[in-house]
Amino acid sequence: MSNLNAVSFREEQGRYKGIFAWIFSTDHKRIGLLYLYSIVSFFLIGVLLGAAMKLELLAPGKTVMDPATYNAIFTLHGVIMIFLVVVPGLPAVFGNFMLPIMIGAKDVAFPKLNLLSWWIYVFGAIIALSSLFMGGGPPDTGWTFYAPYAFKTNTNMLPAVLGAFILGFSSILTGINFIVTIHRLRAPGMTWFKMPLFPWTLYGTGWIQILATPIVGITLLMIVGERVLNIGFFDPALGGDPILYQHLFWIYSHPAVYIMILPAMGAISEIIPTFANKSIFGYKAIVISTLAIAFVGYFVWGHHMFTSGMSGTALYTFSLLTFIVAIPSAIKVFNWVGTLHKASIQLETPFFWAASFLFVFMIGGLSGLALGALATNVHLHDTAFVVAHFHFIVFGGVGFAFMGAIHYWFPKIWGRMYNTRIATSGWIIFFIGFCTLYLPMFFLGVTGMPRRYYDYVENFHGPNIVSTIGSWVLILGLVIILTNLIRSAYKGEKAGKNPWGGRTLEWTVDSPPTLENFEEIPVIDRGPYDYRKNPES
Amino acid sequence: MNKHSDNHIVPYRLYIQVLAGLIVMTILSVAITKINLDTLTVFAAILLASIKSALVLTFFMHLKFDNKLLQILVISVFLLVALVLFITFLDYNFR
Repeated sequence: MSNLNAVSFREEQGRYKGIFAWIFSTDHKRIGLLYLYSIVSFFLIGVLLGAAMKLELLAPGKTVMDPATYNAIFTLHGVIMIFLVVVPGLPAVFGNFMLPIMIGAKDVAFPKLNLLSWWIYVFGAIIALSSLFMGGGPPDTGWTFYAPYAFKTNTNMLPAVLGAFILGFSSILTGINFIVTIHRLRAPGMTWFKMPLFPWTLYGTGWIQILATPIVGITLLMIVGERVLNIGFFDPALGGDPILYQHLFWIYSHPAVYIMILPAMGAISEIIPTFANKSIFGYKAIVISTLAIAFVGYFVWGHHMFTSGMSGTALYTFSLLTFIVAIPSAIKVFNWVGTLHKASIQLETPFFWAASFLFVFMIGGLSGLALGALATNVHLHDTAFVVAHFHFIVFGGVGFAFMGAIHYWFPKIWGRMYNTRIATSGWIIFFIGFCTLYLPMFFLGVTGMPRRYYDYVENFHGPNIVSTIGSWVLILGLVIILTNLIRSAYKGEKAGKNPWGGRTLEWTVDSPPTLENFEEIPVIDRGPYDYRKNPES
Repeated sequence: MNKHSDNHIVPYRLYIQVLAGLIVMTILSVAITKINLDTLTVFAAILLASIKSALVLTFFMHLKFDNKLLQILVISVFLLVALVLFITFLDYNFR
């Protein structure tokens, strides 16, 4: 045993060598990193597509591309960012890497299934993106593939839809793995309420992955059935109901927002107490609100469809439920702020990301309430306001949490420290770029600029220029951040076990961890954020 | 958690009774389509199918003898699906 644990998981000699030692590894840490590298690659492609869209919107009329290309680009941007980046995002990367360590386990419950889920992810991604290289080009429907247009377009719908279908399996397998791991592999003494909050959010996410993903899977197959076999599910010409498609699509895709945001909230719940040097305020309230979000999040999908022609009864119900789901999210925000109250805060890069997460998440959340109210929704539906709102939640929420998480766990994963001055400068530039990019879109939306249009009237020119400049600043910040992290992964100063003074289990193991994480499985006798007893760090 | 691995000897008679119940309900779900139930047609079909699934889960899949936590989780999942269907029909039945 001691022999096995002598070297880190990176230096461990397994059955295979070179790249095969990674792509055939069942070690949860290597799989987490495989996901990280894949997701970051797709993210960069998505960023470039987004930047291309912003460049087109720099001036009215045709700037750099024609309308059909613009339609294909915003579809690809959405498909890549949603299905390949933010849905797997935090759970697949940090969940895989950190979950077993944080609950005191040697690996996830089903390591081979874990590797299979990465392979399925890669396979699904290849299928989804293959439409790029086929005659007819990538789909131009938007990432939602709405009926009946999705059945009429001459672009390559099927590869994108099948790709999304296959990616769903990867998500389900990860969900099953995490739920079983949390049920069965917690260290002795780690009762449910002694489990750290990041695993808790992965638990809530796992249930959504298992229960909601099959619905979108079957819906996407129904599209295939309709396109290939002419079965009338959604196309009115065949006797189908297009609103049924929207229901089925959003029954998955709204909970999917919580697949994205819950682990992000989990990461923030880890970062804040560490840098506040203080127990998290209202641990149980955060746990219960996590489960409440996961549960209530299933019943609010209709708020994406307020102008679709649903019945009045459904409209009122969905609007009410949408307001209700805001409550547990707000509880978390109050708890994070409560944790910072009278804390002795360490101003380090992960904390800056967490603090700015609170800022952008609040803007995203509150603008969501404007969209959840029926009357304002009619005015704002399908405008740039919606785009600004969900970028504040998905990019601002999940993206900032992801950045916070990677800066927080970087010393643990790579065993080295990054240059904090450069990292913080990158954060400032990224944050300024982010706000410059998306805030003008709220104003554009309120004044009536529709989303997904490649052209606009002269009145919208000013804010669009500001927004496009914002995209350049954001990319500059991103380049600084990535360059710093990549360089530091090779040349950074060696990091100790616990550079931030964290209390959760991952800070008790080596940096980077050994193959089996722990020499001996720890026995847990305290809460995860117990700063009072000041155990040795 | 150990309860899960305990052996439960279930008399064959019970299995046969459950099987008979399932067959009766299958016949019933076909027969019921002859009656015009209007908006309740889908509801009736889902109700019968749910009862059948519940029987299979409880007896054939031994949920009855499994630990409490798993029982609660499975029941919650069904409750969730029921609520999703209910809310969907708030649209279709009131259009």
